[in-house]
Amino acid sequence: MQANVNLDQILEELDATGTLEGIQGVIVKLRNAFGVDHIIYHWVDSAGEQYGCGTYSDEWRDHYIAQSYIRVDPVVIGCFQRFHPVDWKRLDWSGKPARAFLADAMKHGVGNQGFSIPIRGPNGQFALFTVNHTCDDAEWARFSELNSRELILIAHYFNRKALEFEPERKGEQSRALSPREIDAMTLLAMGYSRAQVADTLAISEHTLRVYIESARFKLGAHNTTHAVARALSRGLIIV
Amino acid sequence: MIRYIYADDLSLYPKLASSMFRDRADQFHTRLGWPVDVDDLGEERDQYDALNPLYVIWEQPDGRHGGSMRFLPTTGRVMVNEIFGHLIGDGTITSPHIWECTRFCLARGADAKTAAGLMLAGGEIMSGFGIRHFVGVFDARMQRIYRAIGSSPEVLGSQGQGREMISVGLWEFTEAARRKVAQRAGISPTLSQLWFDRAFGSERMGPMAMSA
Repeated sequence: MQANVNLDQILEELDATGTLEGIQGVIVKLRNAFGVDHIIYHWVDSAGEQYGCGTYSDEWRDHYIAQSYIRVDPVVIGCFQRFHPVDWKRLDWSGKPARAFLADAMKHGVGNQGFSIPIRGPNGQFALFTVNHTCDDAEWARFSELNSRELILIAHYFNRKALEFEPERKGEQSRALSPREIDAMTLLAMGYSRAQVADTLAISEHTLRVYIESARFKLGAHNTTHAVARALSRGLIIV
Repeated sequence: MIRYIYADDLSLYPKLASSMFRDRADQFHTRLGWPVDVDDLGEERDQYDALNPLYVIWEQPDGRHGGSMRFLPTTGRVMVNEIFGHLIGDGTITSPHIWECTRFCLARGADAKTAAGLMLAGGEIMSGFGIRHFVGVFDARMQRIYRAIGSSPEVLGSQGQGREMISVGLWEFTEAARRKVAQRAGISPTLSQLWFDRAFGSERMGPMAMSA
C-alpha cells in the first residue's frame, strides 16, 4: 500500500472530465496511486437520483442492490446526514444482519478496513467517499494517519465534480479566493517562507495557516505547492 | 458528562435539548440583548440549527444542559461566511478541515470548569476527525472565559461595543493546550476520550481484525 502518488496529475484529470466515465477512470487511477483495494464514490443528487463509481466488482454492486443492503450497511447508516469522517471500526457491526452483510461483502472482495467520508452538498445532495483495504490494524492506522486528511480533500473534490452534473447548478461563489487568501498565495509564490508571509501581512502564522488551508480547498489542490501552482496557472495571482 | 449529538438525534434527549435552547435564549436574548428569535416555549433557534449541526453539550447530573456549542463544516452554509464575512476580510473561509463553532453557551451558574470541559471536547473533535482549526463566533464575555481557561481564540475581527460586541476568531489545539484545558476542567483525558468514543464508536469495537 502507498504509493507513488502523482496526485497533481490525477486531480487535473478529475477537473478536466465532464462525464461519469471520466470520473470512473479517475477513481481507478486514484485507487492504484494509493495502492488500496478499493475506492468508491457514491452520491444522491438533489432530485434523489443515485449515482456511483468505484472499484468494487459489478457482481458485488448488483448483489448489494438486489439484497437492499443499503438498509443494513453500517457505513450508510452511520454516515447518512452526518459530516464527520468515519473509520469502519467505529461503526456498529454488532447486529446479526450487519455481520452477515460484512461476511458477504468480504466474500465479494471488500476489504476488512475502511474509511468513509460523508459529504453534504446543497439542497439535500449527499455523497459518500470510501477507501477500503485488506490489512491488519497497525498497517491501517499508519495509512490513515498518513493519508486521511488528503483523502478528505479528494472526497470533496469528487463531490464538487458531481455537483457540476446537477441540472440547475448555480455558480459557486464560495470558491472565489478572498483578498487575504490572494495575498498569502502571492507571497508564497514569490518564495517567501510562512513566517515571512505572516510577518508581511501582519497576521499570525496560525491565521495564515487558515487562509492557506481555505485557499487550497477552493483551488482543488491537495497541498500548498499544488495550490500555488494552480493559482498561478489560472492567473488568480500575479508575481 | 459531555454528549455529542447531531440535531436529528436531539429528540432522544428532550430534557437536555429543551434546556439547551432555553439557556441559549437566556444568554443571547435576555443577558446579551442580541436580536435572536425566541419561540413561545422560550427556546432560541436560528436558521443554522435547521442544517443538522453537531452539538457538543455538557449534561448536568440532573439531565439538564450546563453548556454547549454548535459545529458545522465550513464547506456548507455557516455564519462566518454568510453573516460575518466583513469581519474576516471580505471573503469566505472554506475547508473540510475547518469547522465553524457557534452559539457557545453556558447555563446560568455554570462555572469555568464547564467551559473547559467543552473546550476539551473540541480537542477530541479535532484529533478524532482530522480537523485543523475551528473558526468561531462569540461574545465578549465568552472571550474572557476562554482566556481564563487557557484556550483563547485568535480574534480575526469584531463588531459592536460592550455586551453587544461579537467577534470572529480561530482556535487551534495543541497537545500542551489540551493538557492544560483538561486540568482546568478537572476531567482526565481518558474520560474525555471515553465520552467521545461513546458518541462516535470506539476503535476497539471493530469486528474485522485480521488475526481473528
